[in-house]
Amino acid sequence: MAKQQHPTPMLDELEKGPWPSFVTGLKRLAAEKDYVVDVLGQLETSYKTRKGYWKGGTVGVIGYGGGVIPRFTELKDAEGKPVFKDAAEFHTLRVMPPPGMHYNTDVLRKMCDIWERHGSGLIAFHGQSGDIMFQGCTTENVQKAFDEINQLGFDLGGAGPAVRTSMSCVGAARCEQSCYDEARAHRAVINTFLDDIHRPSLPYKFKFKFSGCPNDCMNSIQRADMAIIGTWRDNIQTDETLVRKYYAKHGMTDLVNDVIARCPTKAIRVRNADEVATGPSITSVRFDDTQALEIDNRDCVRCMHCINVITGGLAPGKDKGATILVGGKRTLKIGDLMGTVVVPFMKLETDEDREKLVELGQKIIDFFAENALEHERTGEMIERIGLVNFLDALGLDVDPNMVSCPRTNPYVRTDGWDEEVARIKAKKQQVA
Amino acid sequence: MAQAPMRRAIESGVPDNQQFLHPLLKKNYGNWRYHDRPRPGVLHHVARGGDEVWSVRAGTQRQMDVHTVRKLCDIADQYAEGHVRFTIRSNIEFMVSRSEMVAPLIERLETEGFPVGGTGNSISMIAHTQGWLHCDIPGTDASGAVKALMDELYEEFKREEMPNRVHMSTSCCEINCGGQADIAIIVQHTKPPKINHDLVANVCERPAVVARCPVAAIRPAVVNGKPSLEVDEKKCICCGACYPPCPPMQINDPEHSKLAIWVGGKNSNARGKPTFMKMVASGLPNNPPRWPEVSDAVKRILHAYKEDGRPWERMADWIDRIGWPRFFEKTGLTFTKYLIDDWRGARVNLNASAHLRF
Repeated sequence: MAKQQHPTPMLDELEKGPWPSFVTGLKRLAAEKDYVVDVLGQLETSYKTRKGYWKGGTVGVIGYGGGVIPRFTELKDAEGKPVFKDAAEFHTLRVMPPPGMHYNTDVLRKMCDIWERHGSGLIAFHGQSGDIMFQGCTTENVQKAFDEINQLGFDLGGAGPAVRTSMSCVGAARCEQSCYDEARAHRAVINTFLDDIHRPSLPYKFKFKFSGCPNDCMNSIQRADMAIIGTWRDNIQTDETLVRKYYAKHGMTDLVNDVIARCPTKAIRVRNADEVATGPSITSVRFDDTQALEIDNRDCVRCMHCINVITGGLAPGKDKGATILVGGKRTLKIGDLMGTVVVPFMKLETDEDREKLVELGQKIIDFFAENALEHERTGEMIERIGLVNFLDALGLDVDPNMVSCPRTNPYVRTDGWDEEVARIKAKKQQVA
Repeated sequence: MAQAPMRRAIESGVPDNQQFLHPLLKKNYGNWRYHDRPRPGVLHHVARGGDEVWSVRAGTQRQMDVHTVRKLCDIADQYAEGHVRFTIRSNIEFMVSRSEMVAPLIERLETEGFPVGGTGNSISMIAHTQGWLHCDIPGTDASGAVKALMDELYEEFKREEMPNRVHMSTSCCEINCGGQADIAIIVQHTKPPKINHDLVANVCERPAVVARCPVAAIRPAVVNGKPSLEVDEKKCICCGACYPPCPPMQINDPEHSKLAIWVGGKNSNARGKPTFMKMVASGLPNNPPRWPEVSDAVKRILHAYKEDGRPWERMADWIDRIGWPRFFEKTGLTFTKYLIDDWRGARVNLNASAHLRF
C-alpha cells in the first residue's frame, strides 16, 4: 500500500471518456508506489500552472554514454527541497525494440516484472524514435533495471549526438508488399553501429529507418538521415484471380476513379483485352473476359497506389531491392528537409548485399562525423555543401533519378563539361 | 562484505524478431499473397501457400502501466496464441490463426476498454510525444491532449468512413517529435524567451546557444555585471531553439505558448510524392485538461474532409483538388498573413501562376 494520493482534479478529467486513460493506469500504480503518487502530484501541478518541471542531467549505466534520459524535478519549495520528494528523479531507459515490434507475452511479462521491481511501472510502446520507453526510475535503480533488461536480451537505444534507435515496418513477416527482408537489414545495419549508439560522439543525431515498400510506413523520408525503402526494377506482377475479384466487387466506376485516374504518371490504362500491347515493359491482366489493365512499367514511378487498391491482384515485381535516401529531418534549424535519393536501387537479398548497405552507412556516418558542424543534421550538411560534393565524397555516381528536374539557373561553372561527359561514357562502356 | 563486481553490459543491440513472431508469420515470412479487411480493425492476410492469419488491431494509451500490459498479455494468451505486435501509432495487434477466434477476441478487447479499429480509412491513434509527464522542454502535455482528442474521435477510430486513412500527431514544442501528419497539433510560442541572467553563464555554453538560433537573434552580452546572452526581440521568431541548450532562456509561457494546427502532411509515396504539412491555424489556447478549442478546430477540419473528400484522397490530395481558398471556407478557419511563408525557399510556396479559384 502506498501513501495517500494527492488530489488531482485536473487529471481526473482525463479518466472520463471512452479512450483508454493513462491517468487511470498511473493511479493503479500509485496505489502501490509512493513514487507514482508523487509523479501524479507533479503532473497535476503542470496541468494547473501549464509549466513543465523536469530538467536533464547525467545518469547512465556502466560502459555506456547514452540511452538513459535523466530527469530531475525542478518543482522545489522555498527551501529548495522537492515538493514531491518521492518523484525527485524520473529517468527513462530507452530500449531498442525487435524489428517490426513483435513480441510474445512471455517477454512482455518479464519486462513488466523488471519494471515493477525497479521502476515506476509505466512503459510506453513505443516512443517516437521507436524505443520501448521504460519511464520513471531513480538514479539508484537505473543500473539494476538495465542489468535485468539486458539479461533478457535487450539493449539500450540512442540518445544525444549518436546513432539512434531504428524502426522497421511489419514487413516480410506479414505484408505482401515487402520488397526486402527489413528485419535482417535493420539488424545488420544497427548492430554494426552499436558503438555509435552507446557512446555518443557524432556532430548530432543520425537516424536509420527501414520501410519495405514506398508506402513508407516508417515515415523514413521525412524522419531518417538514411532511409532504406523497398522497391523493384522490373514489371508489376499480377494475379488475375484477385484482379477479377476486385472488378466483380467494385465495377468500372471504382476501377476508373480509384485506380486509373489516380495513377500519378498515367502509366495504367484500361484496354480491350484483344488490343493489349506486348513488350518487355508491359504488364497486362484481364479484369473480365473482354477487358484488361495495361501498365507500361517504364512510366511507373513505383508509388504503390494501384497495388494498394488491388492488393495481391497487382504486386511489386520480382527484381526487388531498396532505394536509399539521405537527409530527412524535422524543423530545427534550417527548416524541414526530406531525404533525397542517393542510391536509386540496390539489391538487398544476400548477406553480401546487406554488407554493401552497411558499408554505405559507414561511409555516410564517417563523412558526417568529419564534416558536419556541431548540431547539424546530415540533410543540413548536404544543403550547405551541395549534393554533388556529398556524392563525390561517397564515390556515388550521379543519376537523373536524384533530381526532380535539372537546375533552373546558370550559376555554375561548367568548364569541366567535356571531361565529365567522356568520363561517364567511358564508365558506361566499361560496365556494358 | 565485498561489493558485487560491476556487471558489464552485453552489447547485443537489436534483438532478432524471429523468436517473437507468431508461428504463422514465421512460417510464411516473405511469402504473403494479399490481404483484405473483413471489418474495421481486422486485417486478413493470406499466404501464397494458403495459410491465413487475422490481425485484430486495438487502441492503447501508449503510456501503459504494467497492469494494462499484463491484461493485454492475458487477452493474447487466452484468445490470440500469445503473440502481439505494436504499430508505429502505438496500436496493438493480436494475430490469430482461425477466423472463429476473431469475434471473441474483439469482444474481450472492447469489454476491457480497448477500442478495436485504426485500420484502413479510419482515424488512427495520434502519434505523440512526452509532454509534461517526462520531457524537459514541453510547452504542453502530450498524453492528456491525445486522450482528450481520441475520446472525441473514438467512433471514427472504430469505423472506416473517412475518404482515406487519417494520421494525426501532436508535439509539445516546435521541434515536432510527433512528426508529419494529415493533421498535427504543435505548440507555437508567441513571445521571445525570458532570460534568467543570473544562471546563463553557469548553465549554458554561450557560443553553442548563439549558433543554435535560426535567425541570428542571440548575442553574447554582459548583464548586471555577469556574462549572459541577449535576444534581439525584433528578429526573434520565438521558435524555442535556444531553450534546450540553455534552460535559463525560458520559452514556455502559460499564456503565450499557443497551439497551432497543421494539415496535409503525407508520409507515403502513394499517388503524389510525400508532402510536408502546412500551418492553417494558430493562437489556440493551451487549455488543459481537455483542450476543447483544439478539439473543435480539428473536428471542423475532419468534418469538412469527410464530407467532401473522394475515395483514396488523403487530406493533402483533397486540398490539392479543392484549393486553399475553399479549404479555409469549408473549415471556417481564417487565412492570415502569418500563413504566408517567408522562411528560406518560401517562393516555391507562393502562387507563381494564373491558376486561381473563386
